Amino acid sequence: MPHLSVVPDAHASIAELERNATVLRMDCVRMLAVAKSGHLDSSLSSADIVAALYHRVLRHDPQQPRWPERDRFVLSKGHGAPIQYAALARHGYFPMEDLMGLRKLDAHLQGHPDMTRTPGIEVSTGSLGQGLSMSLGIALALRLDGIGEAHVFTLMSDGDCQEGQSWEAAMAIAHFGVTNLTAIVDYNHLQTDGTTEEVMDTGDVRAKFDAFGWDAVEIDGHDMPAIVEALEWSRSSERPAAIVCQTRKGKGVSLMEGRFGFHGKPPAPEQAEEALAELEALLAEQTQGLEPGR
Amino acid sequence: MSATLDAQPTRKAYGDALLELGETHPEVVALDADLSVSTQSAGFGKRFPERFFNVGAAEANMMSMACGLAATGKVPYASTFAIFATGRAYDQVRLGIAHNELNVRVCASHGGLSLGEDGASHQMIEDIALMRAMPKMQVVVPADYHQAYRAVMESYDREGPMYMRFGRPATPFVYDEVPETLGKGIDVLREGSDISIFACGHMVWRALEAADVLAREDGVEAEVLNVAIVKPLDSEAVLASLGRTGVAVTAEEHRKAGGLADAVRTVAAEQCPVPVLAVGVDDRFGVSGTSEAVMERFGLTSAGIAAAARKALSR
Repeated sequence: MPHLSVVPDAHASIAELERNATVLRMDCVRMLAVAKSGHLDSSLSSADIVAALYHRVLRHDPQQPRWPERDRFVLSKGHGAPIQYAALARHGYFPMEDLMGLRKLDAHLQGHPDMTRTPGIEVSTGSLGQGLSMSLGIALALRLDGIGEAHVFTLMSDGDCQEGQSWEAAMAIAHFGVTNLTAIVDYNHLQTDGTTEEVMDTGDVRAKFDAFGWDAVEIDGHDMPAIVEALEWSRSSERPAAIVCQTRKGKGVSLMEGRFGFHGKPPAPEQAEEALAELEALLAEQTQGLEPGR
Repeated sequence: MSATLDAQPTRKAYGDALLELGETHPEVVALDADLSVSTQSAGFGKRFPERFFNVGAAEANMMSMACGLAATGKVPYASTFAIFATGRAYDQVRLGIAHNELNVRVCASHGGLSLGEDGASHQMIEDIALMRAMPKMQVVVPADYHQAYRAVMESYDREGPMYMRFGRPATPFVYDEVPETLGKGIDVLREGSDISIFACGHMVWRALEAADVLAREDGVEAEVLNVAIVKPLDSEAVLASLGRTGVAVTAEEHRKAGGLADAVRTVAAEQCPVPVLAVGVDDRFGVSGTSEAVMERFGLTSAGIAAAARKALSR
């Protein structure tokens, strides 16, 4: 596997972050190919956001996963666990080889994030709609403890936005004046039964957050400069911040990108091979771009 | 008996003890869902506004918030009516609290039928079953004000997720004062060798009344056991009593399925097969009426318990 620096770096360049996202995507393909189970396309749509968070924006210390002043990351879309597992392993929260235990009996990497088993997981998720409320609890506890500069980042999905509880949380976060929290929506437009628009159109999610009293922006969730800018802006916004990211499910792997029918379906061996070859080529290009003197 | 005893609702003990916990433990926080006057958490909210979160009518959000607070070092007490705490927010309690083995206390008032007038929509008669079935969840059903006060105080020192059930109406005192501990959860309140009566919550004082009736009218000496901790059940205490009497009745303000009756019957069936008759709610919902009228209609009375005991003894 390609080597990657494991130290979170506030000065990581956009090019480095883009390359890191490719590395995380490759990790996901490998994990799912071995596990033969899980949600690959949902992990791939989050890769750029997760790379920006773990490799640049989050203040975290893999040597002290429970450091009280760390920023918290909550994966409300718990089915996207592989992308978080890849980021955690790349930062040394647990050995890289653990990734190959995904979803296997007696391995700590459960099908959905489990705080009781995996270092770096703040709360267990997997039942959509609960992550934003859990994040509110965390943000309030941090505020009570006087470490309100620690920030909570919650990654949600289109499905999360269909769960009523997410809007209970959105209302409460504004009501309690919580500003040490950012909701990020990985809006990839595909869910289990079809497109989000067909199954249950959530309408304008940015406008909805706005109407609940948030500062909400909408960006391209694969545009790394925009992602970094929005995440860094969200730390200092005066109201709770929402970043609605327009994304493509399966991003980076042409055979599944934006295509219905891959949700919860692992890649067949030949599909995994094809995906890795495509990502490998991208990685080589991105690595070349990082070489000094270019 | 009930006419001469002082009585207080167990939910009042929740409010009083929560306030005391708040004074001594800065990490105690409380949440409520627009029922803080009814659940009695309002006193805590008034005294410690910065540690009190009223989420409005949004119970799912409340339970998941409690998860986040506990995951960040707080000890949350989350209160609402039993129907909403366990019915509406089951999944949130399950994944966020029980699965994570967090020190959250789900504090449900208005358990059972005895809330009366609000009727079936509010009369939660499956909560003990739901919480017993949930892995890792402890289930506590105190019998009166004094025991409820101790249960809340002690909950702070017990590890792991806990469901506590309180009632709306004033419940006659079973304990003269706040007991030192809940111990393993079963107290023998009256000794007897003819039949065991296992009761919880609002049915304990009625079980004591039933035992008096049985002694007076039938010459039967009933052993009355208050099961305040329904899960984990102190099976040794259950077996010890069944060994003394060889026949039992259970009494709870709950469906006959899944609650105290099932808990006692499981122990009996596996280790001491003796008849265990249940006093509880059959396969139907509650109705509106005064607390006493509804309890009477469903046979959740001392007469109902005595009748079940006679039936059990006639086998």
